[in-house]
Amino acid sequence: MKGKLNLNFLFALALLATAAVLPLFLQRTSGGKYNMIVLTYAMIWAVAASSLNLVLGYTGQACLAHGAFVGIGAYSIAIMVERVGINYWLALPLTCLLTAFVGFLIGLPSFRTRGPYFAIVTLCFNVIVYATFENWTWLSGGYAGQPITLPAALSGRLARYYFVLAFLVITLLVVRQIVKSIVGASFLSILSNEGLSEAVGISAFRYKLLSFTVSCFFAGLAGALFATASGRVDSSITSYLHSFYVLIYVLIGGVATLAGPVLGAVGLYFLLDRIKGLGEFRYVGFGVLLILIIVFFPRGLVGGLNQLRDWARERRSARSPGEEVAG
Amino acid sequence: MSFFVNQVIIGIQLGSQYMMMALGLTLIFGILDISHFAHGHIYMVGAYLLYIFSVLLGINYWLALPLCMAALALAGVLVERLVYRPLRGTPSINTFIAAIGLLLAIETLVRGIKKDAVRVPVPVDRSVSVLGMSLEVQRIIVILGALVILLLLQWFIQRTRLGIAIEAMAQDREGASLVGINVNRISALTFAIASALAGVAAVLMAPLGSITPEMGNLLILKAFVIVVIGGLGSIKGAIAGGYILGIIEALGVAYISSTYKDVFAFALLIIILAVKPTGLFGERTAS
Amino acid sequence: MSVILEVDGVTKRFGGLVAVNKVDFTVEEGSILGLIGPNGAGKSTLFNLIGGAYRPDEGRIRLDGKDITGWPPHRVAREGIGRTFQTTALFQELPVYLNLAIGYRMKTRSHILDVIFRTPRARREQKEITQRVMEVLAFTGLAEYFDRLAGSIPQEAQKRLAIGIALMGRPRLLLLDEPTGGVGPEETGRIIDLIRKVREAGITVCVIEHKMKMVMGLVDRLVVLNFGVKIAEGPPQEVCSDPAVIEAYLGECIA
Repeated sequence: MKGKLNLNFLFALALLATAAVLPLFLQRTSGGKYNMIVLTYAMIWAVAASSLNLVLGYTGQACLAHGAFVGIGAYSIAIMVERVGINYWLALPLTCLLTAFVGFLIGLPSFRTRGPYFAIVTLCFNVIVYATFENWTWLSGGYAGQPITLPAALSGRLARYYFVLAFLVITLLVVRQIVKSIVGASFLSILSNEGLSEAVGISAFRYKLLSFTVSCFFAGLAGALFATASGRVDSSITSYLHSFYVLIYVLIGGVATLAGPVLGAVGLYFLLDRIKGLGEFRYVGFGVLLILIIVFFPRGLVGGLNQLRDWARERRSARSPGEEVAG
Repeated sequence: MSFFVNQVIIGIQLGSQYMMMALGLTLIFGILDISHFAHGHIYMVGAYLLYIFSVLLGINYWLALPLCMAALALAGVLVERLVYRPLRGTPSINTFIAAIGLLLAIETLVRGIKKDAVRVPVPVDRSVSVLGMSLEVQRIIVILGALVILLLLQWFIQRTRLGIAIEAMAQDREGASLVGINVNRISALTFAIASALAGVAAVLMAPLGSITPEMGNLLILKAFVIVVIGGLGSIKGAIAGGYILGIIEALGVAYISSTYKDVFAFALLIIILAVKPTGLFGERTAS
Repeated sequence: MSVILEVDGVTKRFGGLVAVNKVDFTVEEGSILGLIGPNGAGKSTLFNLIGGAYRPDEGRIRLDGKDITGWPPHRVAREGIGRTFQTTALFQELPVYLNLAIGYRMKTRSHILDVIFRTPRARREQKEITQRVMEVLAFTGLAEYFDRLAGSIPQEAQKRLAIGIALMGRPRLLLLDEPTGGVGPEETGRIIDLIRKVREAGITVCVIEHKMKMVMGLVDRLVVLNFGVKIAEGPPQEVCSDPAVIEAYLGECIA
């Protein structure tokens, strides 16, 4: 147990150190500068993927609208700063709260009944949000989109990189605190056996709603970061396609693991950028990959590795003499 | 008054299309407990097949109809066999995800091949006058075609052995497998029927608009709304819900706003979920 | 002794079928009540009615005089009724200690901000949880499995774990649905010992059983259901010689 914990910790530390040092090298070449931007976006999607993981991976509720929530976050910070005139640093937390509130409102009717309602409602919601931002040019700024003026501290590419990295780390720390706690265990209990969790006093409705609301809070953060990184928001960010991509990042990286969504998002976003030349066809592979993953490796990359480790441990303890008497 | 009647007829025509899609979805849900999010994309493929058959290959529209139905039925069987069957018995969240993978693959494949919208000529390019308002014949064809399909489906479910087995399975899945109904065969058949229904809807509707890779998205959304409104798994509910939504939408467009016609469905969904989550005709709750 | 649970004229219909028909009985605090009857007699339905999974069509259910009729399961659990399921419901994919910890959630008050910021309350309750998990692990004899996945431990240990999960929240009344179902004779003894220990700890027990022999030596009172109707009630020996019970059980009871 102890050794494993330390190993995870060291691994996380090594990743963080790499992420922190990388820009110093990337800064030197123009190709490197480009990659730094790609990495910034990749980390933003890692925030979104980690937030989806909370509701999808830990609580077992298929939210198919994270694209919409990221979009709502992006638009709300841009509109707050640009049109309402709220200070950026105040608009940032407000955006997260607003997005969380929208999620709460969506969750309220759709978690009332068990079954596929939540997945259906969120998918519908995403299509509607997209249609609204596409058509309502007063809100979305139409083709030109909604620009956002950034505070001076964030005007540099490098600053934005570290800014996003810092928020990714914060997101992961918060998610970690939650999932290691009794609240996280309650989320997992709903994923595992809803009837039993109700029978031990856990209101499935309450915890689904809680997990979804928190998840939307961080999706809103991802949106705000997206607006910050791109300086301009248009309706394409609210597309349900983004919901699907985030879903893929989480699934491939590994549901219900901390590292999975991050590795999935950063790795795949980077890969997608590399094979840009393939155009739309890239996503055909994505779709097929998603099906293969869910059929053959439902726990994804990191989950698969963990499973292997658990399996090895189970085997070891299965050979211990105490078990042979009982079994 | 005649304007109102005209809108109602357009609503019935819209509803015919919704109903055919919702029927497929509700059959698949009722019998297999699968939320088949890619059903709208099957419809989209049907519209493109019509384009290939009738425009590119020059096949007669009425001959293309059964061809499209057959091709989609086959596609439906493949989807069931390759995507959903391996996931039987796993948590339902897995089937949602697989459905998303499927629709993503289909949509991007089609868009990758042909990005721009295409059109199919209307087979009967005429209008008739109804109460002083002109109405395209194709709209009437859609309404009548849907009714024919409905009667055929009714006959199939009540009169044939396979149909009765499907009905039995929709009502009691475990019981059905106990009395020796072959679940695999029923699953494949259900997907074939549902996809063929989507094929009919696509072929009948495609001449009235343009064909795009995204055309299935809003449709599937509305079909799901109808299925929820009507009660998941309820055939009666899907039929009634389809026509209701079609008429509401047509009247909404005429009297409220045409820009946000797609929002009506969603508003309706939220209201129904808040008031009666099991739907208007739904008895059993999904678990 | 006082009455802890009062089931008063409870009826549940499914469509045309009356699964439970005007059933009355009471459970004395600190006793063990057995609920027996042939398959489909409505025993599990009755548990689901008490536990809140179903809402009765008629009748009232009272715990310590408090009307809990129609409460949702999580409120019933918080009120002090723990239960197990016929199918041995566990959090299969989670380790044994976490299964137990989840059972204690209802006794903790830390909310999401507490756990994010590790407030004193969150830390105090975390300690409390660990302590309670240790207690119940020892009580149920599951210590050796504490970090194994619940789904991977032996069948009989799973049955004890299910009881352990229900015990975590310190219930006053425990409903056990066939706690020894599908377990061999030798292991049945271990579970019966555990049930006795539960009663000694002052917890009232209601148990559904098929194995007559097991029930006879364990319970203080028996309630017999047949086709949803209560056909007999009383001390086990007395109930067993009741002609109606003998008929329902085809004489199995006497043997």
